[in-house]
Amino acid sequence: MTDTPAAAPPSDQKQAAQDQAVADFGIDTTRRTTGQAVRDYVDRVRGGELGSLPALAGLIVLVILFGLSSSTFLGLNNIANLLAQAAGITIIAMGLVFVLLLGEIDLSAGTGSGVAAAVMALHYVKGGNLQAGMGDTVFYAFVIGGLVAIGVAVWQRIWFGAVLSAVAVLILLLGVPANPWIEMLLAVCVGSVIGCLTGVMISKIGIPSFVVTLALFLAWGGVILKLIGDGGTLSISQDPVLFGVANNNLSTVGSWLLFVIFAGGYAAVVLFRHFGRVRRGLVAQPTSLMMIKVGALVVLGAVATYLLTVNRSPNPDRVTIAGVPYVVPIVLVLLVAGTFVLDRTKYGRHIYAVGGSAEAARRAGINVPKIRMSVFVIASTVSAVGAIVYSSKVGSVDPNAGGGNVLLFAVGAAVIGGTSLFGGKGRLSNAIIGGFVIQIVSNGLGLIGAPAAVVSIVTGAVLLLAASVDALSRRRAKATGH
Amino acid sequence: MADPDPRPGPAAAASHARHPTATGAGSDSLEKTPMTEQPILELRGINKSFGPVHVLHDVDLVIRPGEVTALVGDNGAGKSTVVKCIAGIHGIDSGEVLFNGEPVHISGPREAADYGIEVVYQDLALCDNLDIVQNMFLGRERGKHGLLDETDMEQAARETLASLSVRTVKSVRTLVASLSGGQRQTVAIAKAVLWDSKVVLLDEPTAALGVAQTRQVLDLVRRLADQGLGVVLISHNMNDVFEVADNVATLFLGRMVAQLPTKSLTNTQVVELITAGRSGDIGLAKPEVATV
Repeated sequence: MTDTPAAAPPSDQKQAAQDQAVADFGIDTTRRTTGQAVRDYVDRVRGGELGSLPALAGLIVLVILFGLSSSTFLGLNNIANLLAQAAGITIIAMGLVFVLLLGEIDLSAGTGSGVAAAVMALHYVKGGNLQAGMGDTVFYAFVIGGLVAIGVAVWQRIWFGAVLSAVAVLILLLGVPANPWIEMLLAVCVGSVIGCLTGVMISKIGIPSFVVTLALFLAWGGVILKLIGDGGTLSISQDPVLFGVANNNLSTVGSWLLFVIFAGGYAAVVLFRHFGRVRRGLVAQPTSLMMIKVGALVVLGAVATYLLTVNRSPNPDRVTIAGVPYVVPIVLVLLVAGTFVLDRTKYGRHIYAVGGSAEAARRAGINVPKIRMSVFVIASTVSAVGAIVYSSKVGSVDPNAGGGNVLLFAVGAAVIGGTSLFGGKGRLSNAIIGGFVIQIVSNGLGLIGAPAAVVSIVTGAVLLLAASVDALSRRRAKATGH
Repeated sequence: MADPDPRPGPAAAASHARHPTATGAGSDSLEKTPMTEQPILELRGINKSFGPVHVLHDVDLVIRPGEVTALVGDNGAGKSTVVKCIAGIHGIDSGEVLFNGEPVHISGPREAADYGIEVVYQDLALCDNLDIVQNMFLGRERGKHGLLDETDMEQAARETLASLSVRTVKSVRTLVASLSGGQRQTVAIAKAVLWDSKVVLLDEPTAALGVAQTRQVLDLVRRLADQGLGVVLISHNMNDVFEVADNVATLFLGRMVAQLPTKSLTNTQVVELITAGRSGDIGLAKPEVATV
């Protein structure tokens, strides 16, 4: 544990014993050499703290496998397509990470997001007149649901939930004319209403989240059907904004600007913090490792930006398709905002605390029911953003929106990326890596002509593998005391 | 051995020497007769019932700064209830709580914390997935506008641990999950001390620990008292009690049968008090003794 006794002269036994008994923070090393840091990391991994390492390894293996077996997989067109395909479930997975951090589950995130998408599309198709579009009964049910959501959010003092729900009710009642930005805002706000209702049932009534969200999974599926009608489809592909979200790209200049903002911002924040910590004598990683990490990400970002700004059109002479897809900045903004909340705010700290030990958090004076409810609001709100993206990708909303595999893929993405189903462990970046893995499996298998049956079986196997890694690393962590 | 370099290893003696001067009152009182010191916290005639069950009968307890008061008693004697009444988790039915000689009414854990009363619970109440600094500041994070001030917290945590001469693992950023039982208990105690506490109540801090770790925690308990805090130690282990406690308060079926200086008691007497409520002249037969 401490190396102080070893350092003390062996002859002076009393001295050594005293040093051991009261050795204060002299052994508290704030800085390690690169070698030590690498050894510590290896120890941690062997001790079961794998993080997103298995997912990264899986990602590389999959890319190599599909790259070798399909000529188009590594084509620029497919890579850009992959980004847009993966974005929907990745965003939902990012929302789910908050819920999973508490060891809870939100099975209704998929169909809940489908309701948001359906309301959005309905608002667009009906030119803003939702009352006519929904029929009176459904319309007033929605308004009442919104009011209840505002009520419970105010009661639990979850202000962002209350404000977003209030906006949803306002848009419903005011009958704002169709406008793509209003529609997207409405979708997000409907997501927040759904989250408030889900959260209050779990945190205040005390129904297990599995049961509540399973019931809502079915119920929201019915609501979507009611909104759209049997066999109907609401097309949003005529609107350049709604359709462009997942199908258009930034200009070349915009792409590089995006790179400069995010890569530069990331490097600046990380290095500024790092040197600040070193200066104040706080625990810090070795500078060389930080440099390597930042450098690698910046180079990776530059390469990706360059590749995506190359014209990837199948007919390069007639059409130009180039630039970073819009979904990339959307995902990045959510990633930065969410990571900031989780890592740098008291609220985020409390989420991890409740996930680690709800009882300890309660005794520390943390309002556990409020935290528990709020993560469901976040999850539903964020999955509504995901719904905008996946609806935009296909250009329409059908009664199956958010149903089928969407939720399972999203949970899978979070878990594959290294978020623990047992709570307390996980990061938003995990969801992105996991989202890629899931999407690459179905995209790659599709390209090599595998039937749908195989795609489902392989995806299931990958998820099972990820869950086993999670469970085994937990067991190992317990055994090694890590 | 030590002087020139205050920080690393040799700090043992240095830090010991530093504390009494830093905290003043506590150490002085130790050299004088501690019993004359005004109690930091005093319970007088506390009664507590849960429905028809009368759990505490006229319990008196005196906690003085700079002393370790052991609270002993058999299972169900009411030790935990006393602690919970002090901590504000349970209200009291009748009786008086005096803090620094002033009658106070503690209506909740938050209020107890405001008076500087901290409880270290048996099952630790630490989050495994957070590191030492994060755990020590849990629920009371420092920083403005909902943001965290990691610098401030890390430095304060390190100072507190160093001032308690805590022997710990490599870094204050170690996850609590990877600490041993004794180290975890140490973090839990340090967490309680961080808040400028006056009274620290420890609920069986050594119950689940090995020999070396028990040693570590008992040393820490002693140091807390030496820093001038009033310490209440709930324990079943007579060795622990006789080792660190300045006086022993014994509960028997919800009655405080005696609170006496450890020196005036023998192991057998305490065991008799715990099991029968009396031992020779002391105990239930002559209740007036119980008030010391």
